Amino acid sequence: MQIRDVKNILDAEVLSGEELLDTEVRAACGSDMMSDVLAYVKDQAVLLTGLMNQQAIRTAAMMDMVCVVFVRDKRPGEDILEVARQNGIAVMTTTHRMFTACGLLYTAGLNGGLRTK
Amino acid sequence: MNQSGLHYHYDVPGDDFSQAGAASSAVKQILKQLGLDPQVVRNMSIALYEGEINMVIHAGGGVIDVDIDDEKITAVLTDHGPGIENVELAMQDGWSTATEQVRGLGFGAGMGLPNMKKYSDDLKIDTEVGVGTTVTITVNL
Repeated sequence: MQIRDVKNILDAEVLSGEELLDTEVRAACGSDMMSDVLAYVKDQAVLLTGLMNQQAIRTAAMMDMVCVVFVRDKRPGEDILEVARQNGIAVMTTTHRMFTACGLLYTAGLNGGLRTK
Repeated sequence: MNQSGLHYHYDVPGDDFSQAGAASSAVKQILKQLGLDPQVVRNMSIALYEGEINMVIHAGGGVIDVDIDDEKITAVLTDHGPGIENVELAMQDGWSTATEQVRGLGFGAGMGLPNMKKYSDDLKIDTEVGVGTTVTITVNL
């Protein structure tokens, strides 16, 4: 799947990183707790979150993720988008809630990566 | 890389959470530019990022010194915060003294120190209550 497909499946609006839409993604995770993302995520490319701060982007960057989707129509400020641009991360927003957004992507073939144990 | 290695110093402000992680981001850029193994880069970045976040939310900021030589990357995080009362307890998954406000920022799940240990080859914590904490993270090349 490509970031473009994530956009289409979630009917999302791209807020930055339009040039990254052809990037391949294989796994995703959804969380508002960044330490959980840092603890368990491996080789995942998409972060779905309702957390609206720069650390959502920085956390994704630390994990070499390439796309952050804000759920529930949350719209990050320019400061957050700037951090995303610096780190080569595509940012989009969807009106879907977290559970639905994760379910739609999972059903379309994006997996959740490794289990925690 | 020469014998003396490379050294980088960062001041971490304690009064602006929005900037928490900026030093770790800068270090990650440097490690990537040096062409180091991506797994090494990721491990050091995550451990350092957790340490930097801890420094901001618990200790009012501090300083980070990073040294890179032919064998390893070493990051020393020094703060003059309240210190850690019980390091053994703090190392346990899920144990946290963070406030609800910090949890609202996406941290404080009690995974910071466990994550730092998980992603480093060596983690050393020197702490004294009321004086401060020095955390040394080592990742081998």
